[in-house]
Amino acid sequence: MTANGRPARASYDAIVVGGGHNGLACAAYLARAGRQVLVLERRHVLGGAAVSEELHPGFTFSVCSYVVSLLRPHIIRDLQLERHGLELIPLECSFLPLPDGRSLTRWSDPNRTRQEIAAFSPRDAEIYPEFGLAMTRLARFAKQVIDEPAPDPASLDPRELFRLLRLGRAMKDFDEEMRYLNFKLLTMSAVDFLDQWFESDVLKGPMSVSGIIGTFLGVRSPGTAYVLLHHYMGEIDGAFRSWGFAKGGTGNVSRAIASAARSFGAEIVTGAPVAHARIVSGRANGVVLENGDEIAAKAVVSGLDPHRTFLKLVGEKHLDADFLASIRRFKMRGSSGKVNLAVDRLPSFTARPGDGPHLQGDIAIAPGIDYLERAYDEAKYGDFSSRPYLNVVIPSTVDPSVAPPGKHIVSCFVQYAPYDIKEGAQNWPKRREAFGDAVVDTLAEYCPGLKESILYRQVLTPWDLEQEFGLTEGNIFHGELSLEQLLFLRPAAGWARYRTPIDRLWICASGTHPGGGIMAAPGEIASRLLLKSGQV
Amino acid sequence: MPIPTPFHERTSALCTSLFWKDWAGYHAVRSYDTTHEREYFTLHHAAGLIDVSPLYKYEVTGPDAAAFLAFVMVKDIRKLKVGRVTYLCWCDDHGKVADDGTVSRLGKERFRVTAAEPAGAWLTQRAAGYRVEIVDVSASLAALSLQGPTSRAVLKEVVTGADLDALRYFGVTEAELAGIPVHVSRTGYTGELGYEIWIPAGHAVAAYDALMKAGRPHRIGPVGLDAMDMTRIEAGYIMNGVDYFSAHHCLLESRKATPYELGLGRTVDLDREPFVGQAALKAEVARGPAWAIAGLVYDWDEFEALFAAVGLPPQVPAGAWRTPVPVYDEGGRQVGYATSGSWSPLLKKNLALAWLRAPHAATGRQLKIEVTVEFHRRLVAATVAKLPFYDPERKRS
Repeated sequence: MTANGRPARASYDAIVVGGGHNGLACAAYLARAGRQVLVLERRHVLGGAAVSEELHPGFTFSVCSYVVSLLRPHIIRDLQLERHGLELIPLECSFLPLPDGRSLTRWSDPNRTRQEIAAFSPRDAEIYPEFGLAMTRLARFAKQVIDEPAPDPASLDPRELFRLLRLGRAMKDFDEEMRYLNFKLLTMSAVDFLDQWFESDVLKGPMSVSGIIGTFLGVRSPGTAYVLLHHYMGEIDGAFRSWGFAKGGTGNVSRAIASAARSFGAEIVTGAPVAHARIVSGRANGVVLENGDEIAAKAVVSGLDPHRTFLKLVGEKHLDADFLASIRRFKMRGSSGKVNLAVDRLPSFTARPGDGPHLQGDIAIAPGIDYLERAYDEAKYGDFSSRPYLNVVIPSTVDPSVAPPGKHIVSCFVQYAPYDIKEGAQNWPKRREAFGDAVVDTLAEYCPGLKESILYRQVLTPWDLEQEFGLTEGNIFHGELSLEQLLFLRPAAGWARYRTPIDRLWICASGTHPGGGIMAAPGEIASRLLLKSGQV
Repeated sequence: MPIPTPFHERTSALCTSLFWKDWAGYHAVRSYDTTHEREYFTLHHAAGLIDVSPLYKYEVTGPDAAAFLAFVMVKDIRKLKVGRVTYLCWCDDHGKVADDGTVSRLGKERFRVTAAEPAGAWLTQRAAGYRVEIVDVSASLAALSLQGPTSRAVLKEVVTGADLDALRYFGVTEAELAGIPVHVSRTGYTGELGYEIWIPAGHAVAAYDALMKAGRPHRIGPVGLDAMDMTRIEAGYIMNGVDYFSAHHCLLESRKATPYELGLGRTVDLDREPFVGQAALKAEVARGPAWAIAGLVYDWDEFEALFAAVGLPPQVPAGAWRTPVPVYDEGGRQVGYATSGSWSPLLKKNLALAWLRAPHAATGRQLKIEVTVEFHRRLVAATVAKLPFYDPERKRS
């Protein structure tokens, strides 16, 4: 890899702008097919939001995204990512401490989970496996959708009709009830959806949050049920719904993909910010770097989000007004932040004191539906939640390589932190520490002694995610995963096939189908269609 | 009925699953938790502590100890330096493998042999004329295997009197562990960076406690045999009684194996003074082995398609298996059988060790292996792969 250097050649088959996991995956597949590929990354490290950095001596933080589930298994095998250093460690469980000192842990062992849930609702405990089965069936259906380009029902192209038919056939295994469930899922709120099965608020709290992650919606907002499924589609070793840590941090996913790409001959340059795509009469033929260098390519692939791709990389002057309007309407509106802590001892929770396997999964601060909805209320009116929903992981419990012996990393995903705070987004830096305090205060209520154990604290607001990682408005998914922005509508109606209105300019990241999460599917499918187009 | 090992007081308190097996007459933990998944990842990412006391262990001492072991083993033990361990096998008079194990040279005239099966009588019977003493220390010497990337850091916290950084792969040294005199060897059965610690049985619990305490910051965890079984397949280590059968017990000649067939040819020093099985092994080399142990990797796309055809997601085995399944060539003729295998969560591959007719065991050879899909027998493509499947640099570093 060339760091802060110059590319070896003056022209390539394809230039990928942005070295996030999707850009890298796209480059790897293009290089595997024998194309000359160059990846240009603005930062000094690869990975985009799937990045690990040693921010405090001895502590490797998974700065942004922190767990892996959706990374497509066929991509792991195609690119032989395990050979390139990818190791996934499954999360042991889901631990929910409650303010009253009780707790609920959902384990991979179904009997143990049933016993835990039964303490709150014997009825829910028995129904829980039924829900799991229904979600697995839906996820299997969804799997066919996420591994292929999205079919477009509005198109009159007979091939599209065929795709839809094929998808319809995949529903044949569903009985009537399941088919209706499939459609209900698209429009319901996460809470309404869960209400169909469960009575216990304690159980529904941590289950419903999967429906709001990365969206500016509440658990009672319509449409959040789909996002819930999106988080259930994760798959490890053929088992759905499983989540894992990447050994050495999430950045190792990107690093492994980059290493695979390089083994196929791709060239990757970091510290090389691109100023804009070079566009001549509606056709992209290269890029211009911020240092003025120009590099030619038969095609340019953007690994940036739709806003940055069209408003910055391409530029408004090259696009027609309708398309621009639809891109501007594409909702980014980040709603979450991240607080990463280096601590000198393992946190101990009042609800389940001491070390144990309950700390080796994810830990949810989500004590009930009302708590979550109240957290959303504050965000609606331009403030961060004073008592937010937290998704906490301590990866050092299963991967001691990320922290010095006996010390730990506590990673807190925080929602809500709206990009547009009432003071204005650019004033987030003034509120950053107050936001960090709210998160630490919240967690410390469950985890006395936490504050005293903190050696280092990194607070990332949506503003920081935008400025540092190029996520417009801090949206972790390159655009909300709400129904009107998914499938054939992602990122814009009629432009869901990774092509753009600019000839030979493609887009390959989470702002395209099938969306965000460390999936690498957008990058892979984009490479497939680009190769098929014959442009490279 | 099995009896407790010297660590039983500790392991039984930790084994909340009550999931035990009989190993050589001892109670041995299969997994401490209801599933062994966490223990498997502990071996690959932190440090797992495994009670391996049930191994058979013999001390061989005396002026002729080296010459004697050179006579009974396939390797010329006289060349083994003090402070080194070697992995090898030993054969019956017909050159068929009786067992595989390790020999450690603890001193000029002091050796320790580990074995999967009792070997004391067999060794003693062949010792006539040698000035050696053979003592069965199986019960008096407790053993722990500490395996995983943080194992060295754990030991450094608690071991004195030895330079662990200088202890190379297959080295052995005297040391003190929390004041207890022990031997530490850079060996194991997982393919990871790891150590085995040989402890006087009377000090077993104290040593266990010291290791667990020192290991806490390094995320040490107790690990049972099921997790170790997965890692030993990834590491391509064969197992007596599973992947081959000791010549001492085989009713059928066809069940016996030679070192060359087991891939242990590299451990045989053939051209030297007479040793047990030498003539037969020379003949075997001249003839060429008829069988070979080889690695097999299932073709994932075919595997997944077989399950998809019945509407199921691919179902990988939950742990290591050891029920033999037939292996065929592309023409459908059976050319051998897989003896054990495992899904590797680390490599994302379905692996097997297979006993194949020699011409079919060449690396890269395409074969077919039987799988059961929704209660029906099917065939799936598998490729012969070089062993070990997984060989991290840290194993030797």
